[in-house]
Amino acid sequence: MRLNRLLTLLISTLFITACGQSGTAKEHLVITGSSTLAPLISEIAKRYEQLHPNTRIDVQTGGSSRGISDVKDGASDIGMISRSLKTSEHDLFGFPIAQDGICIITHKSNPVEKIDRNTLLKIYTGKITQWTKSGDSNKVITVVNKADGRSTLELFLKYTQLKPSEIKAHIIIGDNEQGIKTISNNPDAIGYVSIGTAQYHSDHGTPIKMLGLNGIQPSLKNIKNHTYPLSRTLNLVTKKKPSGLVQKFINFTQSKQVHDLIKAQYFIQIGS
Amino acid sequence: MTLLRHNILSKSVRDQVLVFVLIISSLTTIALVCFIFLFLILESLPALSANEFSQWLSDPSWHPTEGQYNLYPIMIGTLAIAGGSVIITTPIGIASAIFLHYYAPTPVAIFFRRIIELLAGIPSVIYGFWGLVVLVPVIIQIAPPGQSVLAGIIVLSMMTLPIITLATETALICVPHSTIYGGYALGLSKISVITKIILPQAKPGIVSGVFLQTGRAIGETMVVLMVCGNVIQIPDSILDPARTLTANIALEMAYATDIHRSSLFVTGLMLLLSISCLTVINEFFKKNHHARTL
Repeated sequence: MRLNRLLTLLISTLFITACGQSGTAKEHLVITGSSTLAPLISEIAKRYEQLHPNTRIDVQTGGSSRGISDVKDGASDIGMISRSLKTSEHDLFGFPIAQDGICIITHKSNPVEKIDRNTLLKIYTGKITQWTKSGDSNKVITVVNKADGRSTLELFLKYTQLKPSEIKAHIIIGDNEQGIKTISNNPDAIGYVSIGTAQYHSDHGTPIKMLGLNGIQPSLKNIKNHTYPLSRTLNLVTKKKPSGLVQKFINFTQSKQVHDLIKAQYFIQIGS
Repeated sequence: MTLLRHNILSKSVRDQVLVFVLIISSLTTIALVCFIFLFLILESLPALSANEFSQWLSDPSWHPTEGQYNLYPIMIGTLAIAGGSVIITTPIGIASAIFLHYYAPTPVAIFFRRIIELLAGIPSVIYGFWGLVVLVPVIIQIAPPGQSVLAGIIVLSMMTLPIITLATETALICVPHSTIYGGYALGLSKISVITKIILPQAKPGIVSGVFLQTGRAIGETMVVLMVCGNVIQIPDSILDPARTLTANIALEMAYATDIHRSSLFVTGLMLLLSISCLTVINEFFKKNHHARTL
């Protein structure tokens, strides 16, 4: 008897929740696209839902290309892309949310201060294998690369114009933290991580060094003025000029209220 | 319970409830395993149907974003790292269990057992961190890049040593005293009693321990991800880096889409199949041993 009543309660609860989801009382927003942006947008969506209890925001990943195609055929309200809009996509509306950059890092004891694209290419393809040309010490370079599919790897590949299979790595890592730990414990290693992570660790005494690239220092200032080459803008896109909830949510993601979330994901906010 | 079932005249309600609960919980366990298998197969299907079977072993390398899906080097890496640690820990584990049980003075034995239990209780991420910060820099001095099969073997050995030691000790405890006294009565020395009488009888328990630690070594993720370098290659020496099946999934799952994602489920399927094989071999061995001793 008791079990029966419990079952009835359970089923009716499920039914009510199901109705609640499909009901028109709540405003619903679907956002799809880049896996780089998705964690940040999910966090922002959570905060937005807390502030506006009658809203439900669905964030799904699937890459920047899905972000574009879903917006175009109306499968989503907002798309996420981890790049700027291409000229062929000028019919869409883009809204920059944050900037993302990666910097080349070595161990702090390494005398090298800067690197250029050509040398970087030679190191990552195995054409340069030692830190010193004279080869007086056996300072063999340890090349640290990211695992397939990581967004930092994508940006690195885009900049170097290499294919993943062309890179001759000695160590492959997953996230930025692992990169920092690997390089801070290996005096001869070179690798790349998100600038936010590198800055944080180098400020907190981890023995790493952020290398200048093509003579430009990896700094927040140089990313903001677009002189640093290894950076990109993360955008939200819509098909029509946004209105209603879409407009409100985009405004929210561009507001100061989410700057702490942007910082927590190691991105750089746009504006001051 | 089963043995007594037919001797009980009246079955109490509590008994029936107990049996019901037991059946439900064992069925749940079985169902869970089946669901996991089914889920892995379903998620693997897109990759399995998109690729020829031979591709999984003959592609130039593993670069899912370029359509290359060779799992062979990863399987060799797994085998080298897990196998290496099993080869190191098995003799050490058995020897320390024998020492602990037959030779160590009581205070030493208690202290030693506590240490072993402590080893078993340390979370794997701490082992991984220790390996990365302490062990790898030492190996760099010998041969860069330091993150290597060797580092993986050493850290995994430390983690799996308690399993084989404790399993062996349990097996030794279970050897009946009568047979041991029989051996002494025949005038055998202590070492002969251990090697000729106790160890053969404890063998199934020890072998179970070996399989258990092999399973643990194959399934370990965080440690190998942190200290093995994760490069996709068949390692030439133990100083070369290598990638394991578990590390492959953990490294790439977060950012994988479509066929790439599905191919990681194929990796998981391989992992589950190899663990299942281990279990089957273990069962077969136990049955065989049982049949021979009877």
